[in-house]
Amino acid sequence: MSTYSVSDTQAAVAPRASLDLAAIRSGSYATGVVASLVWAAFGVSCLYWPDLGDWSRTQSLGIGAFIIAAFVLFGTLAADFLGAAGLALRKRAPWLVAFGAFVTLWEVATAKFAWLPLPFFPPPQAILEVYTDDLPKLLDSVLASIKLQLGGYLIGASVGFLTGVSIGWSQKIGYWVHPVLRFIGPLPATAWLPIAFFTFPSSWSASTFLIALATGFPVTVLTWSGVASVSNAYYDVARTLGAKPSFLVLKVAIPAALPHVFVGLFMGLGSSFAVLVVAEMIGVKAGLGWYLQWAQGWAAYANMYAALIVMSLLCSGAITLLFRTRDRLLVWQKGVVKW
Amino acid sequence: MVALAEAITTPAVGAALDIEHVSHAFDIDGATLPVLHDVSLAIQPGEFVALLGPSGCGKSTLLRLVAGLEKPRAGALREDEVRITGPHPSRVVVFQDPTLFPWRSVWDNVALGLEAQGILKSQRARVDAVLDLVGLSSFRNAYPHQLSGGMAQRVALARALVNDPKILVLDEPLGKLDSLTRIAMQAELVSLWQREGFTTLLVTHDVEEALVLANRVIVLSDRPARIKADIAVQRPYPRHRGDPYLSDLRKQILALLGLEATW
Repeated sequence: MSTYSVSDTQAAVAPRASLDLAAIRSGSYATGVVASLVWAAFGVSCLYWPDLGDWSRTQSLGIGAFIIAAFVLFGTLAADFLGAAGLALRKRAPWLVAFGAFVTLWEVATAKFAWLPLPFFPPPQAILEVYTDDLPKLLDSVLASIKLQLGGYLIGASVGFLTGVSIGWSQKIGYWVHPVLRFIGPLPATAWLPIAFFTFPSSWSASTFLIALATGFPVTVLTWSGVASVSNAYYDVARTLGAKPSFLVLKVAIPAALPHVFVGLFMGLGSSFAVLVVAEMIGVKAGLGWYLQWAQGWAAYANMYAALIVMSLLCSGAITLLFRTRDRLLVWQKGVVKW
Repeated sequence: MVALAEAITTPAVGAALDIEHVSHAFDIDGATLPVLHDVSLAIQPGEFVALLGPSGCGKSTLLRLVAGLEKPRAGALREDEVRITGPHPSRVVVFQDPTLFPWRSVWDNVALGLEAQGILKSQRARVDAVLDLVGLSSFRNAYPHQLSGGMAQRVALARALVNDPKILVLDEPLGKLDSLTRIAMQAELVSLWQREGFTTLLVTHDVEEALVLANRVIVLSDRPARIKADIAVQRPYPRHRGDPYLSDLRKQILALLGLEATW
C-alpha cells in the first residue's frame, strides 16, 4: 500500500485571512487611537455648536459619542489582554474611523449648519430620538413584520421545495405543474396584490399568500433544476448498491440538489422582502412597511430613516441566518461565498 | 485484514456468471446502433476475467448489463443460474470515475450500500474493517474533495467491497490514475481478489493490465462487439511484467486488435 500525506487535507484549512490579521497585529495602535479621536470629534461636534432645530437628544448623543471614544481607546490599548474581542476591535478599527467620520460629517451637515435641507435630512440625534421615544410602536412593527415574513417564507419555501423535488423527479407531475409554473411564476407577486386583498378573508392571509408565492417560485425552479441536474452516475452507483427509489430521492437527489436549493432560498428571501414591504404599505395595518407609510403621512422623516435602518438590519440578519444554515449543511462544498 | 475476517463471518464466495447470446443496441436519433452481437460467455465462480477491446466497442455496455442497470435486447444473463433482471448488491460496480458522493464523508460513502439496504446499524464494524483494508482509516471523516485520485478510487473500491459482492464488476477503475498509483493498485486488486474469492469482471483497454491481473482475457471486436478470442493466462501470482510468456500473449492480443505494427 502506498503512503499518503496528511498535508493534503490540512492545506485547505489554512485561512486566507491570516495574512491580513498578521498585518493588523503587527501594526501599531495608531488606527484604534485615530478611531477614538474621530468619535471624540463627533461628540465635540454635537456639543460645541448650537442646534439649528429643536432636538432633545443632542446632549445624550454627544455623551454617547465620548463613551464610544473611551471604549475604543481602552479596547485599543488593552487589545493584547482582551483576546478575541481585542482582535475583533483591531480588525474593525478602520471601519470605526470611517463610520465616526461619517456621523460627524452628518451631524455638522444637518443639525449644525444645515448644508443638507431640513427636515428631509434629519440629524443623528433625531433618529436617536425616534429609537428612544417611539420604541414601543417600532417594536410592534418589527414583530408584526417578522411574523408575517416568517410565516409566508416558511410556507413558500416548503411548498417550493416539495414542488421542485416532485417535478424534478417525476415526469408525470412535471407534465401538469410545469405549464402552471411557467405561466404564473414569472408574474411579480406584487401584481396579485389588488386581487389578493379582496379575495382573501384578511389582509394578513393575503400577504402571507403573496410572500409565499414570491418565495415559492425561485425555490421551486432552483430545486427542480438541482434535482434534474444530478449526474446519472450517482443514481447508477446507488442502484447497484441496492438503493430503492425512496433512497434515491432522499439520499441522492436531494443532497445533490441542496446547493441549488439554497440559491433558490436566497433569491426567494430577496423577492419576499419586496412583497412584504409593499403589502404592509398597501393593505396590512402593521409592520415596518406600514410604519414607513405612516411616517411619511406625518412628514416624520426621522422616523422613516429609523425604520429603514431597522429594516436593513432585519433583512441582513435574515440573509446571514440563511447563509449560516447553508454553511453548516454544505460543509462538503469548496469555495462558498462568505456573507 | 484481520478485522475484516472477524467482521465477515462467512467469507464471500464468487458466483458463476453466464452470458447467453446477448445482443444489445442503442437508439440514437431514430437510428439503431448495435453495440453487442450475440455475446456468449461462461464465467466460473472465482475467476478473474478481463474484457479487452478497442475504445467504444461496447465493453462498458456489457458491464452495465451484468450490473443489471440495463436489460439486453436479446439473450439472457444469469448469476448462479438466476436470471439478472435488475441491480443487486451481490454484483457491485466500480466505475472509471470514483463517483463518490461529495456531500458524504469517506466513512458515509463506504457505508452507502449497507445504508441503502437498511442493514447499516448492525454492520457498522464492516465499514471500519473495509476502510482499514484499503488503508484509509485515518481519512474516515474527510470529504471526497480532500482526497487524491488514488485515494478516491480506493474509497470507491471499499464502497463496493463492504457489500460482500459475489461478482465484482470493474469498469476501467484504474484508467485515470497515474502509472505509479496504478501499478500499486493492480497489486492490491489481485491480493483482494485472492483473499476474498469473488468473481471479477474487469473492463480495460490496457493489454498489460489485463495480463497482469486476469486468469482469462476475452478480446472483443469493434462495435458491435463479438468475442474474438478467449485466452487463458496460466501464470501464478504475483506476475512480473517482464515475463516472456506474458510478452508473447501481449503480442498475440495486439495482433488480434489490429495493432501488431506497433509492437
